[in-house]
Amino acid sequence: MRGGRAIILLYLLFLMLPIYWLINMSFKTNTEITSVMTLWPHTLTFDNYKKIFTDPSWYNGYINSLKYVILNTILSVGFALPAAYAFSRYRFLGDKHLFFWLLSNRMAPPAVFALPFFNLYSAIGLFDTPWAVALAHCLFNVPLAVWILEGFMSGVPREIDETAAIDGYSFPRFFLKIFTPLIASGIGVAAFFCFMFSWVELLLARTLTSVNAKPIAATMTRTVSAAGMDWGVLAAAGVLTLIPGALVIWFVRNYIAKGFALGRV
Amino acid sequence: MSIVLEGVGKDVGGETHLDGISMALENGSLNVLLGATLAGKTSLMRLMAGLDAPTRGRILVDGVDVTGQPVQRRNVAMVYQQFINYPSMTVYENIASPLRVSGRGAEVDAKVRRAAALLKLEPYLTRKPLELSGGQQQRTAIARALVKDAGLVLLDEPLANLDYKLREELREELPRIFAESGAVFVYATTEPSEALLLGGSTATLHQGRVTQFGPTPEVYRRPQDLVTAQVFSDPPLNVVSARKAAGQVTLEGGAPIPAAGVFASAPDGDYAVGFRAHHLSLEPAGERPIALPATVSVVEITGSESYVHLEAGQNRFVALVPGVRRLDPGSLLTVYLEPRRLYLFDRAGRAVAADVALAA
Repeated sequence: MRGGRAIILLYLLFLMLPIYWLINMSFKTNTEITSVMTLWPHTLTFDNYKKIFTDPSWYNGYINSLKYVILNTILSVGFALPAAYAFSRYRFLGDKHLFFWLLSNRMAPPAVFALPFFNLYSAIGLFDTPWAVALAHCLFNVPLAVWILEGFMSGVPREIDETAAIDGYSFPRFFLKIFTPLIASGIGVAAFFCFMFSWVELLLARTLTSVNAKPIAATMTRTVSAAGMDWGVLAAAGVLTLIPGALVIWFVRNYIAKGFALGRV
Repeated sequence: MSIVLEGVGKDVGGETHLDGISMALENGSLNVLLGATLAGKTSLMRLMAGLDAPTRGRILVDGVDVTGQPVQRRNVAMVYQQFINYPSMTVYENIASPLRVSGRGAEVDAKVRRAAALLKLEPYLTRKPLELSGGQQQRTAIARALVKDAGLVLLDEPLANLDYKLREELREELPRIFAESGAVFVYATTEPSEALLLGGSTATLHQGRVTQFGPTPEVYRRPQDLVTAQVFSDPPLNVVSARKAAGQVTLEGGAPIPAAGVFASAPDGDYAVGFRAHHLSLEPAGERPIALPATVSVVEITGSESYVHLEAGQNRFVALVPGVRRLDPGSLLTVYLEPRRLYLFDRAGRAVAADVALAA
């Protein structure tokens, strides 16, 4: 038992070390970071965070990212709900193939789509808007949301739909009042994954924006070359980037467990 | 409300699930759909409810054709074998939901409380269905069907997933609960004994066809054909072939005997003879019993009765005899049949003769 505990502690240590180091760095001055290796900040500073919260070129990155991520989450779940319902309830020609094809969209590397999206969005004036990235991310988030939601929906007996129809519920009313509460955890899980994938995706987000909608990840990578090595600010930006994901995870942690139990996540 | 089916049939993916079903269900009647699993009971109920549209035929409600009408516009209620409730609503809201949808706001509370009282759900109204036992969940579903005052109440094996005690209790209550509503009441079951206990009328279903529809005791006592008798028999109907010639009858494996009982009026020829398990006895009884040699294969003792499984040549029989019988498997014995307590079917399976008073 003691050996097992030691291994787990060691594992956790290795797991948490990079995150700790990032937080550690974000509270140091650049001189301390580059000159000596210290396990905790000897000259504690909040200047790095202050810079991010006051410099528009930094905090706009977060706002831009959040804009397209939230847009994308709403779009993906909104499109996926009716699609997943259809896949879970109806048999139609080629339904299984279509379902698989949706999934196969996730298998293509985003780089493949970067060029056509860039050209298309430039042509119709969507380039450098949150919509450009939000729509592009639907490419892999809609299939994912359909896949997750279909699993949850198939867990709801079809007889509930029928009982509601017999009771006199119209379809929209049934869907909102009866069906949605039953798959609430599925919607939570799907939204979480859409949020996360959109939040961490860099390639499409960077290709489809230039100035007005530049996401935080792009800001970070571009600053490295432009402003020299501002390690402290970069670390602070990294810490702030982790926060939304951590917050969302905190809210949906119970649902995720349920999602795993249903075997779809 | 009365409901009439006219030559109704349903095909699914090129397969015929139901065919040629014509029946009229009267206002306030209790109708049992009796048939084995996959006989088409649920499919037929779904057509009656309007959940599915029939491939052929028409469905009339109070003389009006409702064949293509969606289920929301029909006045039906349905209870499934699985306990189907809305898990996110309380028991109270579950029962109230059909009333809320139809906008009958004023009487909701009184109606819900009356239904809950009738089904003994009052202590659980604030709970969620999944926190209740199976019996209580099904009571909730029944209460929801009841509160709607539907003209057609469909119960699809509502008691099949309940334990024995609850089943007995609810089976007694159900017809009474719905009796005053004046609704057409359709009850699907696989168990002949349940049909007999419920009474009313019975339609026997076999492979998607209604083989006979009439008052329950009548269908039980006077089946029109072999299939109906088999469907309406538990333990399974014993069947043995027989030949009548020159005033003599020979049952397969037995000695020729004078043609008496049901055989007396039948013309010469080949027949299938059916008899129920409790009419096969291990001692000679009644007038001129027919004797057949048989081998014991298994004896099941239920407590006050014994099921004796027998082999007689090619045929397998079950005898339901009173008391505890300890018979060794493999032992030889003679079983007896009364000629009056038999059903006689011709080669096509149609009933030829049965002594109505005694064959039951």
